[in-house]
Amino acid sequence: MREAVEWMVGGQQGEGVDSTGELFAKALVKHGYSVSTYKQFMSRIKGGHSNFKLNATKERNYYPGDQVDILLCLDNESLLKNEPFLAERAVVIQEGTETSVLLHQGESDYDLLTVPMKSLAKELGNAMVQNMIAIGISSALLDLPKELLHSFIRNVYGKKGDDIVRLNIDALQKGYELTDEYLPHRISPLGAAELTDQLFISGNEATGYGSLMAGCRFLSAYPITPASEIMEWLAKELPAVGGTVMQVEDEIAGICFAIGANYSGVRAMTSTSGPGLSLKTEALGMAGMSEVPIVIVNSQRGGPSTGLPTKHEQSDLQQMIYGTHGEIPRMVLYPATIEDAFYLAAESFNLAEKYQCPVIVALDLGLSMNKMTVPSFDAKRVAIDRGKLLSDKEAAAFGEEFFSRYRLTEDGISPRPKPGMEKAIHLTSSNEHSEDGYITEDPEIRTKMMTKRLEKVRHALIDEPFKLQSSDGIEPEYADVLLVGTGSTYGAIAEAMKRLNSENGETHAHLHLQQLYPLPQDQLQPLFENKRIITIENNYTGQLLNLLKQHFPIHDRSDAILQFDGNPFFVETLITKMRKAVS
Amino acid sequence: MATMKDLRGDVSTWCPGCGHFSIMAGIQKAIIELGYEPHEFAIISGIGCSGKVSEYIRSNGFHTIHGRSLPVAQGVKIGNPELKVIASGGDGDGYGIGLGHFVHASRRNIDMSYFVMDNSIYGLTKGQTSPRSEHGFTTKAGTSSNKEYPVDPVATSIVNGATFVAQAYSGNIKELSTILKRAIEHRGFSHVNIFSPCVTFNKVNTYDFYKEHLTIAEKPFATRDEAVAAIRENNGLITGILFEELRDDFQAKLGIDFDMQSLESGEMDEQLLSSIQAKFQV
Ligand SMILES: Cc1ncc(C[n+]2csc(CCOP(=O)(O)OP(=O)(O)O)c2C)c(N)n1
Ligand code: SF4
Ligand SMILES: [Mg+2]
Repeated sequence: MREAVEWMVGGQQGEGVDSTGELFAKALVKHGYSVSTYKQFMSRIKGGHSNFKLNATKERNYYPGDQVDILLCLDNESLLKNEPFLAERAVVIQEGTETSVLLHQGESDYDLLTVPMKSLAKELGNAMVQNMIAIGISSALLDLPKELLHSFIRNVYGKKGDDIVRLNIDALQKGYELTDEYLPHRISPLGAAELTDQLFISGNEATGYGSLMAGCRFLSAYPITPASEIMEWLAKELPAVGGTVMQVEDEIAGICFAIGANYSGVRAMTSTSGPGLSLKTEALGMAGMSEVPIVIVNSQRGGPSTGLPTKHEQSDLQQMIYGTHGEIPRMVLYPATIEDAFYLAAESFNLAEKYQCPVIVALDLGLSMNKMTVPSFDAKRVAIDRGKLLSDKEAAAFGEEFFSRYRLTEDGISPRPKPGMEKAIHLTSSNEHSEDGYITEDPEIRTKMMTKRLEKVRHALIDEPFKLQSSDGIEPEYADVLLVGTGSTYGAIAEAMKRLNSENGETHAHLHLQQLYPLPQDQLQPLFENKRIITIENNYTGQLLNLLKQHFPIHDRSDAILQFDGNPFFVETLITKMRKAVS
Repeated sequence: MATMKDLRGDVSTWCPGCGHFSIMAGIQKAIIELGYEPHEFAIISGIGCSGKVSEYIRSNGFHTIHGRSLPVAQGVKIGNPELKVIASGGDGDGYGIGLGHFVHASRRNIDMSYFVMDNSIYGLTKGQTSPRSEHGFTTKAGTSSNKEYPVDPVATSIVNGATFVAQAYSGNIKELSTILKRAIEHRGFSHVNIFSPCVTFNKVNTYDFYKEHLTIAEKPFATRDEAVAAIRENNGLITGILFEELRDDFQAKLGIDFDMQSLESGEMDEQLLSSIQAKFQV
C-alpha cells in the first residue's frame, strides 16, 4: 500500500509530455490526492528534453518533490537526466524494441521495463496513443481504478469521436496488461484519499482569475514566458464579462494602455517578466507620480537580460522594489502559494485604488507555470473596495470649476474623479504639480507633494503580509533559527523545516513574506530579535537578505542559502545547506 | 454652449509667436464649434513644449511621459469609449521616441485623434535636431549638419492603415480648424501632422518658409498610393485631408458588449466565481 507517489514523465518537447503529465495528475486529484507539479522545458518548440514531475500526497502539499518513484521515459535522455533522482526501488518504463524487465543495480536499484510502446500503439491503430499505454502502465502500478481514467479519456477525447475514445481506452488497457504481465511484483496500490472540493490550477491562472474576480476588465501586455498564460487566460475569460485583453506592440505600451484604462476609471492591469519590467519602469514612475492605480504582475525568470527564459529565479526583487528613477509610492506583494496568488491578485486591485499607486504582484516561474491542487476559492475573503473613486454626485459636491485632483488630505490620498464627469474636469500629471495638477517647481509645494505621495502607503498592510510556522510546538519567536523565504520556495522550506526539526537539536521557524514593500517592519520586529536568520532565495546576491538587513540589525547573525542554476530548491539540498549554515 | 473661456487652462509658458498657440486655439475652437463641452474630452499629451497643451486647455488632461501619449490615450479610449480622446505632442515625442506606438496606432484604428505639433526640432530641450529636421539641418548651437533624412509622418500613417490622415499648418487657422473638426468627428484613428514653427530654435522651418513652400490638397486622394505619391511630389509640404476611409474602428471590430465602467465596491460576484471555478475542477 502506498500513501503517496512521486511520478515523472520525460520526453522530447512536442511529444505530448505535458498533456500526458496533466492527465495523470488530474486522475490523482480525482482520486482525492493533493498534487503539486513541476514542468522542465526549454526555450524552443520542438525537440529538447522536457519533463513533467508530480508529487501526490494524502495531506495538502506545496512541493513537487525531490525524488521519482515511477519514471516514464518517452525518449533516451529521460533516464540519463533523471536517474540521479530515482527513489530507492523505483520503476522506470522506457520505450524500446522488445518487451523486457530487468532489475538495474547501481547507485539505487530500480526495475526497468522496456516496452515498444510506439509499435504497440500502431498495432492498436494509431502511434499517437503511445502515451496512453504509458499511462496505463503507471496507473496499473498504483492499482488505480480503470474507470477513473476512462472518465478523463472521455472528457479529453470525447469531442474527437467514439473511435478515438475507444482507441485510448484500448491503449490504457494494454498498459494495465503489460504491468500485470511484467511487473506484477511492483504493483503497490495507492488507496483513495479524501481531499475533495479541490481545484487543479496554475499560478498564472489563479492570478488571472483573482484579478477578474476583483473586477479587472482590461489587461494589456506583450507575450513573454512565464507570464503569457495570464494574458491568454484572461483573453478567453474577459469578453464574457464585458472586458478585453490587448496584446500590444511592446511592454511600454502594455503598461501605458493599462495606465490609460485605469485613469479612465477601469480596473486594469499588465503582466510581464523581467525583461518587460525593465521596459516598463519609466511608466511605472508615471503611475506613481500621477497617482493612477495600476496592477503589474511580474513573473520572474532566469536573468539577467534574456538570461534563462524558461527557468526559475527570484532575482527581480530589487527591480520591483526600487526600479524607476526618483521615488514613488508602490507596493510589492509576492504570494507564497497558488492559492495565495488568487487572493493577493484580487487584493492588489483594492490596494492600487485605495492608495492610488502601482501595486506589483511578484510571481516566479515555479509559481506561474505549474499546477497544484488548491481548495475552492472563497468569494467572501476579498470584497471589492474602490477607495476614494468618486461618483458623479460626490464629485459634483466639491463644487469646483476645476477639480483639484491632488488635494492634500489627512491620509495623503486625494478623492479621485473620472474623466468625463460633468462637474469634475481635472488634470493628471507626471510632472511635479500642485493640488490642481498644474506644473510647479515651487519648493514648498514640491516638498508637500513628495511627502503626500510617499507617506500614504508607508503603513499599508495586506490581509496576510506573511506566513509564519514552526514545528515541534515552539512559539516562532522562541525558535533558534528563522528561515525566511518568499514566493514559490514556500513548499520546499516548509518541508525542509519539518524534516530538520525532527532530527536536529536546534529549533526552527519559517517566515514567508508576502508583502515585500513596504516591509511590515513593526509586525516583523519581534521575530528578528536575537535569533539567527537564514534567507532562502533563488538569486546570487541575496536580495531578500539585503532587504531585511535594511530594516533589522541582523548583520552579524544572518546568512543566505542561494541557488541560481535555473531550478527550484530540492528539500535535500536545503537541508544540507541549512546544516552547514547553522553549525 | 462652451466658450473659449471655458476651455482656458493654466497660463501658457510658450514663447510669443510659437506655432503651438494656434494649434491649441484650433483644438479649442473645434471643440466649441462641434458643440461639445470640455468635460467630454480627454487630452493626453507627451513631453515637450507641445506636451503642455493638456495643461493649457481646460478639459480632462493627462500630461504623460515622453513618447507615450498614444498608448495611454488608446487605453483611455478602451476604458471609456464615451470620451472623445485626443493625443497630442511634438515631432520628437511622436516620431522619435514614440514612433513605434505611432505605427501601431495607425494600423490598430482605435477611434481617437492624434495631433502632432511638428516644428522639426526638439523645442523643450533647446533646439537639437529632431527626426523631422531636414537633411543638412544645422542647429542654432551650430551642431554639424544633419546626416539623416527626416521621417515622413503622413506617408507612414497612410501606408500603415490610418483611416484619416491630414496635414495642416498653424499659420492657416481656417484650414487647420476645419481639418481638426473633421479629424475629431472621424470614426477611427485620425492623424494630423501640423507644421508649427518654433520661433526660438528653428531658423529654417519658419512661417515664411511654410508660406512659400506649402501646397494645398483640395480634397482627399482616392487611394493610399495616390496620397503617398502626392506627398512625395511635394516633398511632404502639402496640407489638407490627404486620405480618408471609413471602416469599423478597433473596438467595434472586437464585437464585445463592453462593461468596464460599472464596477462598484461590494462583495465579489459569487455566481461568477463558481461558474469559472468549474473549469478548474477535475
Ligand atoms: C525618456 C525621456 N528622454 C528625454 C527627455 C527629454 N525631453 C523632453 S522634451 C524632449 C523633446 C521635445 O521635442 P518635441 O517632442 O519635438 O516637442 P517640442 O518641444 O518641440 O514641442 C526631450 C528629448 C524626457 N523627458 N524623457
Ligand atoms: S522653444 Fe520653440 S517650440 Fe518651445 S515654446 Fe518656444 S517657440 Fe515654441
Ligand atoms: Mg518638436
